[in-house]
Amino acid sequence: MREALDPWPFVAAAYALSVGATLILAGWSWLAMVRAEKRREAARAK
Amino acid sequence: MHAFANPTRFLRIARPLTPVLLLSGLAITAAALVYGLFYAPAERLQGESVRILFVHVPTAWLGMAGWSAIAVASLVELVWRHPLATLAARASAVPGAVFAALCLASGSLWGRPAWGTWWVWDGRLTSMLVLLFLYLGYIALANAVQGEGGSSRIPAIFGLVGAANIPIIHYSVVWWNSLHQPPSLGWGTSHMAAPFLWGLLAATLGFTLIFAGVVLARMRALLADIQAEARLRRKALEA
Repeated sequence: MREALDPWPFVAAAYALSVGATLILAGWSWLAMVRAEKRREAARAK
Repeated sequence: MHAFANPTRFLRIARPLTPVLLLSGLAITAAALVYGLFYAPAERLQGESVRILFVHVPTAWLGMAGWSAIAVASLVELVWRHPLATLAARASAVPGAVFAALCLASGSLWGRPAWGTWWVWDGRLTSMLVLLFLYLGYIALANAVQGEGGSSRIPAIFGLVGAANIPIIHYSVVWWNSLHQPPSLGWGTSHMAAPFLWGLLAATLGFTLIFAGVVLARMRALLADIQAEARLRRKALEA
C-alpha cells in the first residue's frame, strides 16, 4: 500500500509559486508601463 | 467599438482604471488565498491538498481566457483593422502564458499527493501544455514580426487558428477518460460545497482583475513605445 504524502509542502509550493509569479508579473508590467510613458514624455519634450 | 479606437480616448479610460484593477485584484486575491490557506475546511477525500484549488482553477481559467482575448482581438484586427486590437492581443500573450504555466505547475503539485503522480499524458493536461506552447509561439512570432517590420496580420491569423485548442481543453475531460475530474462548475450549476465555491469565486475574481490590470498596463506600455518612436521619427525627418 502506498504511504500517503504530507500535502502541506505541495500546498505551500503551489501558493508561493502562484503568488510570487503574479506579483512579479504585475510589478514588471507596471514598471514597464511607467518607463515607456516616461520615454514618450521625453520624446515629446525634445 | 470604433469609439474606443482612438488612443487618446483609450488612455483617458485606461489611466485611472489600471491602478484600480491591480489594487482591487491584489486585495481580493490576498483575502481569498488567506481564506483558502487557513480557513477553508479540508475536503473529505482529498484532505488538505484541496487548498490548491484556490490557485489552480483561477490560473487555468486565465490561461484559457488569455488566449480567448488574443483570438477576439485578432478577429477585430483582421476584420475591422482596429488600431488597438493588435496591442490588446500582444498585451494578453505574456500574462496568458504565465497563468497557463502556473496552471500546469499548480496542477502538477496537486497531482502528486492526490493522484500519486506529477504528470500523465491525458487529454486535459496535454491540451493545456499545447496551449502554453501556442503562447510561446505567438510571443516569438509577434516579436519577430515587430522586429522585422512585418505584417501584424500573421500573428493575428496564428491567434485565431490557435483558438481551436480552447474547446479541446474545456471538453477534454468529457470526451476522453482522464485522471482529471470533470468540471465542477458550469453556467448556473455547481457540484461544489459552499465553503469552497465562494472562496474559489473570490480568488477567480481577484486574479481576473489583476490579469485585466496587467493587460491594460502592457497595452499602455506598447502604445507609449509606438508614440515615442513615431515622435522621434517625425523629429528626425523635420531636422
